Amino acid sequence: MTLQRRILILVCAVVLLAAVGVIAVVRAGSRADEKDRARPGGPEITPGAVSLAPGDGGRRMVFRNMAWGPHRDELASVPATAPDGPRTASGVKCLRFHAAAGTGICLQADKGGVQESYRAVVLDAGLKEVASRPLAGIPTRARVSPGGHLAAWTVFVGGDSYAGTNFSTRTSLLDLRTGKYDASLEDFTVLMDGKTYRNADVNFWGVTFAADEKTFYATLATGGRTHLVRGDLGERTVTVLRENLECPSLSPDGTRLVFKKRVPGLPEDAPWRLHVLDLASMRETPLAEQRSVDDQVVWTDDRTVVYSLPGDFGADLYSVPADGSGAATRVTASALAPAYLG
Amino acid sequence: MYVADSRGTTAPAVAPETQAVAPGSSPGRRAALAPTVLALGTVSLITDVSSEMVTAVLPLYLVAGLGLTPLGFGLLDGVYNGVSALVRLTGGHLGDRLGRHKALAGTGYALSALCKPLLLLAHTLPAIGAVLALDRTGKGLRTAPRDALISLAAAPEDRGRAFGVHRAMDTAGALIGPLLAFLILRGAADGYDAVFTVSACVAALGVLVLVLFVPGRRTEPAPDAAPVSLRASLGLLRRRDLRRTALCALLLGLCTVSDAFVFLLLQKATGIADRWFALLPLGTAGAFFLLAMPLGRLADRVGRRRVFLGGHLALLLAYGLLLTGAHHPALPYAVLLLHGAFYAATDGVLMAEAAGAVPEEHRGGGLALVQTGQALARFAASLGFGAAWTVWGARPALAVAAVLLAVAVAGCARLKPDGP
Repeated sequence: MTLQRRILILVCAVVLLAAVGVIAVVRAGSRADEKDRARPGGPEITPGAVSLAPGDGGRRMVFRNMAWGPHRDELASVPATAPDGPRTASGVKCLRFHAAAGTGICLQADKGGVQESYRAVVLDAGLKEVASRPLAGIPTRARVSPGGHLAAWTVFVGGDSYAGTNFSTRTSLLDLRTGKYDASLEDFTVLMDGKTYRNADVNFWGVTFAADEKTFYATLATGGRTHLVRGDLGERTVTVLRENLECPSLSPDGTRLVFKKRVPGLPEDAPWRLHVLDLASMRETPLAEQRSVDDQVVWTDDRTVVYSLPGDFGADLYSVPADGSGAATRVTASALAPAYLG
Repeated sequence: MYVADSRGTTAPAVAPETQAVAPGSSPGRRAALAPTVLALGTVSLITDVSSEMVTAVLPLYLVAGLGLTPLGFGLLDGVYNGVSALVRLTGGHLGDRLGRHKALAGTGYALSALCKPLLLLAHTLPAIGAVLALDRTGKGLRTAPRDALISLAAAPEDRGRAFGVHRAMDTAGALIGPLLAFLILRGAADGYDAVFTVSACVAALGVLVLVLFVPGRRTEPAPDAAPVSLRASLGLLRRRDLRRTALCALLLGLCTVSDAFVFLLLQKATGIADRWFALLPLGTAGAFFLLAMPLGRLADRVGRRRVFLGGHLALLLAYGLLLTGAHHPALPYAVLLLHGAFYAATDGVLMAEAAGAVPEEHRGGGLALVQTGQALARFAASLGFGAAWTVWGARPALAVAAVLLAVAVAGCARLKPDGP
């Protein structure tokens, strides 16, 4: 083949491939624009004030609104009695969110540089920023303690692992009373079977706080297994309690944990089922939800938990009784990361 | 970490020295670089743009795009490292045996290119894991044949430069890829499918450049030559030169702290904010890019072994700087510069050196042997260092690594070189 012919082929191919690439980008761009327009049939959303203060506006759910339109990804509020009804959007965008006792934690994207970066923002009852920390990775879990004094969050960090393309997590704790910040829970002492446990592959995620504003539960992964740990913020220790337990969420009365459990025999891409663990008897009971849930649930009261499942527009919220009875019901569509307040 | 990691595990490291001159190269004239080398450099640049685009957005895609929990994703990494080594040896050997390095390299590139559109279809972690494994298989398959092609295309006295140019172009691609990906995501929010589509187009272009502009070259076996058998391929290690080169690469590889740890140590030493952490590999890649060609040339002039060992001295110096724990503002720059210089002085230069110790008909297999030894040694080193870090802590572990590296460099320097 002559050089001219080869160059001709190359030029044709470049034109063709460039066209395909440009079309793909333009289509993705217009699809992104489309998400900024409200869809017919979507929830009614009006901008307005959203408060995290207790007792302010009755029992309500504040969450990340995922419905298409100008208020996508903003924190929104609905009355707890009408979760599927009209939403009030706050103008504050969060990827992950949780709140309690007038304190909110919002993990948000920080648009600015070439690369996407993220930060954790502590919000007061009026959604004003009172503190923030840069994040080392992509947000996944966020929690505020029942008293509103402690915040914890987990991000995914790519390339932290020395053995290759693995992802790891980093879980951080912030004490809002003292400003004390633990950038990584991995600095805490791990106690397993009464002995100090050390391993470079330790990962933590999914913190949940007890009412004493000091004790917390979380997931610890090491050696390819996950464990439930109970942590003590004062002593800076975590104690391994139990195996095969992820993303615990403590009930308001502090007696039970709902968590996701890897159940043998399930498909590898949908391996989890929600279970409840009674902390006094350490007995596990499966919940009635039959689908694989990859979320850290929140308790609406001492009897019911709410969690997200993939939906048409990101995620939908469902609820199920926390004792294994009943059946799962949909709370509302196009919503993520709820917190029950008031 | 992606730039440096992908380089650390896939970049081959061997070089030739027989009188093979591929069609299309200009023997004897130092000024002109063989067009084949430039073509292969272009292929690598384009392919790296494509693959680093994907690597850069993958975590975001998994978590934000698909809502998956990517933990335990690399659980099989150890197993895969073994498979990857086998694939690499197979690629090198088959290229020799069939006399068709280009076909083997092309298959590898095509396999990886095919994986990009597959990513559009894979929506679960196991499926995506399988696609990525296939991608890496393609990478493993093509590396040794491609380096064999480079070594055969360049004049023997010019190989250091040829590999230097190739590695510089390769690294340039790794720097451009993430940038392009984030530009696309900026123009089209959540446009991961657009990133993958563009990546597939870019990868296809890379394969096409290879097909069109890299001469296919069938090594005609001498009439009485025995066919290239596996046994003969492995028997290469009986050659003293190659054995020494491979042994040095292996020994030094065992004392090399993997990139991920270097960056963590650097962060620990200087307290660099988390948000800048992701940029550290770019510093190393930038220095690698700038220094690869000059150091390749230097290697041709003063001796490849010397430059190869010099590169490890640069690494040793970087360890030393990290150990001083000095909080000087220039420390990160100095360490990253030295780290990049280490790659520039060792990666292509090792290939250039090893090529000289392997006869033409065994070039692919020989290079694969050295690469694989080095890659496995580095993997073992990273596991060992991880364990040492756990038991002793970061600084003592690094101090031990530094001492071992110094001993290994001294030991390798004592192995008397036979050639330049």
